[in-house]
Amino acid sequence: MIGLALAYLRDRALITAFNVLLIALGVTSLAVLLLVSTQVEQRFARDSAGIDLVVGAKGSPLQLILSSVYHMDVPTGNVPTASLDLLRADPGVARAIPLALGDSFRGARIVGTEPVFLQIHDARIAQGRVFAATGEALVGAEAARMTGLTLGRRFSGTHGTGDDGSAHDHFALTVVGILAPTGTVTDRLILTTVDSVWAMHGIDAPDTHATVPGHAADDHDHAEPKGAILDPRGGPAPDITAILVTYRNAMAAVRLPSAINRETALQSASPAAETARLLNLFGAALDGARLFAWLVAFTGLASVFVILLSIATARECDMALLRVMGASRAQAAGTVLLEGLIIAAAGILLGLAAAHALLGAGAALFPTLGAVGVTPALFHPGEFAIAAAVLGLGMLAALVPAIKVYATDLADTLARAT
Amino acid sequence: MLAAPMPAALECRSISFARGGRPILSGFNLLLGTGEQALLLGPSGSGKTSLLNLAAGLLTPDSGVVLLDGEPMTASPAARDALRRRKVGIIFQTLRLISALSLRGNLELAARLAGQPTDGIDRLLEQLALAHRAEARPRALSQGEAQRAAIARALVARPALLLADEPTSALDDDNAARVAGLLTGLAANQGTALLVATHDSRLKAHIPRTIQLDQAAGAPA
Repeated sequence: MIGLALAYLRDRALITAFNVLLIALGVTSLAVLLLVSTQVEQRFARDSAGIDLVVGAKGSPLQLILSSVYHMDVPTGNVPTASLDLLRADPGVARAIPLALGDSFRGARIVGTEPVFLQIHDARIAQGRVFAATGEALVGAEAARMTGLTLGRRFSGTHGTGDDGSAHDHFALTVVGILAPTGTVTDRLILTTVDSVWAMHGIDAPDTHATVPGHAADDHDHAEPKGAILDPRGGPAPDITAILVTYRNAMAAVRLPSAINRETALQSASPAAETARLLNLFGAALDGARLFAWLVAFTGLASVFVILLSIATARECDMALLRVMGASRAQAAGTVLLEGLIIAAAGILLGLAAAHALLGAGAALFPTLGAVGVTPALFHPGEFAIAAAVLGLGMLAALVPAIKVYATDLADTLARAT
Repeated sequence: MLAAPMPAALECRSISFARGGRPILSGFNLLLGTGEQALLLGPSGSGKTSLLNLAAGLLTPDSGVVLLDGEPMTASPAARDALRRRKVGIIFQTLRLISALSLRGNLELAARLAGQPTDGIDRLLEQLALAHRAEARPRALSQGEAQRAAIARALVARPALLLADEPTSALDDDNAARVAGLLTGLAANQGTALLVATHDSRLKAHIPRTIQLDQAAGAPA
């Protein structure tokens, strides 16, 4: 009977294709929404794992998290390097990692930090070694691919996070290592020492840590740092952009954020809280889009119902002949049911394939999508749930027409038809 | 030692059938032997088609028994379907083939539903001069081809009884003669009994036995 159902579908190929396309459109929308939302959520969770608190300059806490944890937005400003010492001296802090941000190379952000940064995402060296001295750079797997940087290559960063910043030609970094892929934001970064970033901006490393806000990480010109306090030697004083903090104990979670926020120059933000706030904002939009996607899928299934119902009447003679040839009522009705299921299954397969192809194209064409972890290669169990739901609804759409065929009086039909 | 008598391909024992309160058949008896061929003649409304439908198990008699190849038609629709699948082929005047399948696809489906092998299809198509039309869709066939195709579709299941309802009425003389010749010849070759309901007197030249139904209640004249 599958052969017969396929023959009927081929017989009205255009209508079948239209039905399949409508269902596929709905499935694609549902799958894309599911994949994007979960992949972004998982990527955010992976990127922020192990970071309990981010300390940075006053401003938007969400911006601080986006710039310092996910490396997506511009930093809020700079904080004095002395803040790092203060945090490291706090008994509630297990780990405090400095970040000096604001420069990039061919789209990959340069992060001035310490080798301990690699522990956050459990990054492993694929080639070379970890950066140690000023001017040494360790390149993330994706950043190496994006920039074409290889071991031993020398390069100069540009100011800002885009391609249009001024080049720091006076100081070059040398690639001493390349990281293995981690599936986190580290893949897209170029890691170096904090004083390398200072050197790129013509700032010498301090003999002692000075509390100097001034090296703003926005797109200002560092040749003339605005409001920079001079260090004891008369040059612009170094500072850092943010500090990634891991608590030693639960008490720290209660005490530290409020203590830091009382500081006039500093703010603290929790990646978990800010990410949840961000996802909640997206969530409402996603719910609306999801509703629309289900409407599209329902439209496709409704079209299957209408077509099969009209077919159940138009095909009365064929079904009668099928019965005369020895098919049972259930077999005759089964062909209609199979047609509905085949259309739904084809729509599901096409829709899921299109969803993954769309994500692949999207990630390739729009780097921002790739940056938030959107990839076509990952499957989500929710896709099976979508497939099962659409298949069930497809069967439901075919059920009424199939019952109509089942209930057809054979002798009456033959009397009319012959 | 005497061999057991061959059961009749079709036996109607005192069957009565009414529709809409009007008696169509009343106490009707018929015996059609294995491989026997007969014409069922009678004016419109005499019960020819009803008798074919009763013989095929598409209708149930109000009283009496229909036996196919010695097996009684029961009241159970599933059992009637099964018996029809194994024993009966039917040819209609206009309802000939499943529209979505090619001619070969129709024959393969009919053979499979009857549990018969499909390897004889090519030979049957050659016998009916339809080999060159095997992949054609029903709508592409001429009237004569379509009726020959209907014969092929019915015979490929190798039924014990072939029922034909006005198989030649829509055909011109040449095609009617060709179809009738093939129908009777192939049925005889397979040992299939043939009962043809018609008002087409041209068929008398091909099928000698006639059963005449009167208009009142389907009693054989």
